[in-house]
Amino acid sequence: MSIAVDTAPRQQTGVLVEQVVRKFDGRVVLDHLDLVIGDEELVVLLGPSGCGKSTLLRLLAGLDTPDGGRIEVPAKRAIVFQADRLLPWQRVLRNVTLGLRGPDADQRARKALSEVNLAGREKAWPKQLSGGEAQRVALARALVSEPELILLDEPFASLDAITRVRMHDLVRELRRKHHASMLLVTHDVDEAIALADRIVVMSSGRIGNAHRVELAPADREASVAREEIRAALLADLGLASQH
Amino acid sequence: MTDLIVATTPAPPTDLLRTAPARPRDVFLPSDIRRQSVFGTLRRRLRWPLGIYTTPVVVLVVWELLTQVGVLKPTDAPAPTDIVSTAVTLWNDGILGPDLVISVQRAAVGLALGLSVGVVTGVLGGFLRSGEYLFNGVAQILNTIPLLAVLPLFVVWFGIDELTKILLIAFGAGVPMYLNLFAAIRGVDQRLIEMARTTGAGSWRVVTRVLLPGALPGFLVGLRFSLAYSILGLVAAETVNADEGLGFLITQAQTYLQTNKVFVGLVIYSILGLVADQFVRILERVLLRWRPSFEAA
Repeated sequence: MSIAVDTAPRQQTGVLVEQVVRKFDGRVVLDHLDLVIGDEELVVLLGPSGCGKSTLLRLLAGLDTPDGGRIEVPAKRAIVFQADRLLPWQRVLRNVTLGLRGPDADQRARKALSEVNLAGREKAWPKQLSGGEAQRVALARALVSEPELILLDEPFASLDAITRVRMHDLVRELRRKHHASMLLVTHDVDEAIALADRIVVMSSGRIGNAHRVELAPADREASVAREEIRAALLADLGLASQH
Repeated sequence: MTDLIVATTPAPPTDLLRTAPARPRDVFLPSDIRRQSVFGTLRRRLRWPLGIYTTPVVVLVVWELLTQVGVLKPTDAPAPTDIVSTAVTLWNDGILGPDLVISVQRAAVGLALGLSVGVVTGVLGGFLRSGEYLFNGVAQILNTIPLLAVLPLFVVWFGIDELTKILLIAFGAGVPMYLNLFAAIRGVDQRLIEMARTTGAGSWRVVTRVLLPGALPGFLVGLRFSLAYSILGLVAAETVNADEGLGFLITQAQTYLQTNKVFVGLVIYSILGLVADQFVRILERVLLRWRPSFEAA
């Protein structure tokens, strides 16, 4: 145990989580957890409700501080929350420019909105948007700052199944344009397989098994390899006996 | 086998229809208002031509009739037409105009003072923990003291001149503004503040784009209370040693049992209140455009 505070960064890109501990009222939520996310890698954190997924994400976002261990993340990072969290009193464009400075802020926001297929909706009030549209605005708000790390906290959980599939396509498309590491938290096995480079299963405050997913988009929807990964994930989650 | 089923299934419904009474059903069609728009809107206008002023107008008409018939004595309640003509006479005699100006001036100065103090302390209390500790206790205590109960104390402290009147109005306006603004700022959704911070917005951005607009609905509620209480304070203040102003007009008229003049004063107070309320309504309509409001059918 070194007492000297270790603040110097050890790597230039990605995420480094070492032996992180987080307790709430003595209850250990994260128990010496390790996680590494590479540059431009999309890691899906899969686990049941209450396993500490969101706690880990909040730590990476800097919204919370660990009780032990070390976390290293890029300073340029953005979060997409489960709820859209749009400011209802600002029009869509102003919601996207919230964190931007400089004369080209509006221009960049318009570009980000067109990337999520919302060009022309800049002047709408958030209350006039559908759930999928609002979540896409939230996505644009995260992308517009060109972050090196994007944290997604069950961003599509409150959307209907059809909209969710469209959002998955959109995320894949955005990954081609934006070069950022991503951490997506979800409890949806199909969503994990649809999007991940690597799926890590979380249980009792630690990272359990990891599964690398190297499939073509079509194979992610239906293939033998997909079913094998799915079965393995369900086994990790303790649901194997039901299938 | 399948043929048999197909052949027999359609039969029971017709049987049911004949024997059992039809089940109640709803059919929704597009309303035909749009088709006959001119006639439709005219009909709706005619059904409630006065809108929310229906009841006040009915009361006025009944009141006028009762006084004409002689049920109500002019010393108790003069006819509305009498009140209007008295107001016109007073105006033409050059009494009402100056009194009204004095009263509105008092209300404006008191309101400006009360709102300034209320807004400044409300913002400080809302944003800073130390501000909360400084102002909240006092405001909560002051809030429990009725406006009319402090009047005698104000007379002892500040005399019977303008200062007492203005301070009473300011007191009435300041306390509700502080309480509502404080609650509004603290009530801004914590998740939105958190979100704004994660986008990299600085403190100034968070205050101007999240906290202040978020607190605006509560501020307007406070403004409405402030305006109402300031008029209440005005009425109370003007009963003390007034030698000019609407309160003076009323007190003097009461002394000589000129009920019609008393009513003129009351009507003007109520008009001041209505104007203040309309002012806030217009502010709400402009500033809270983002909020889809409930409209009764």
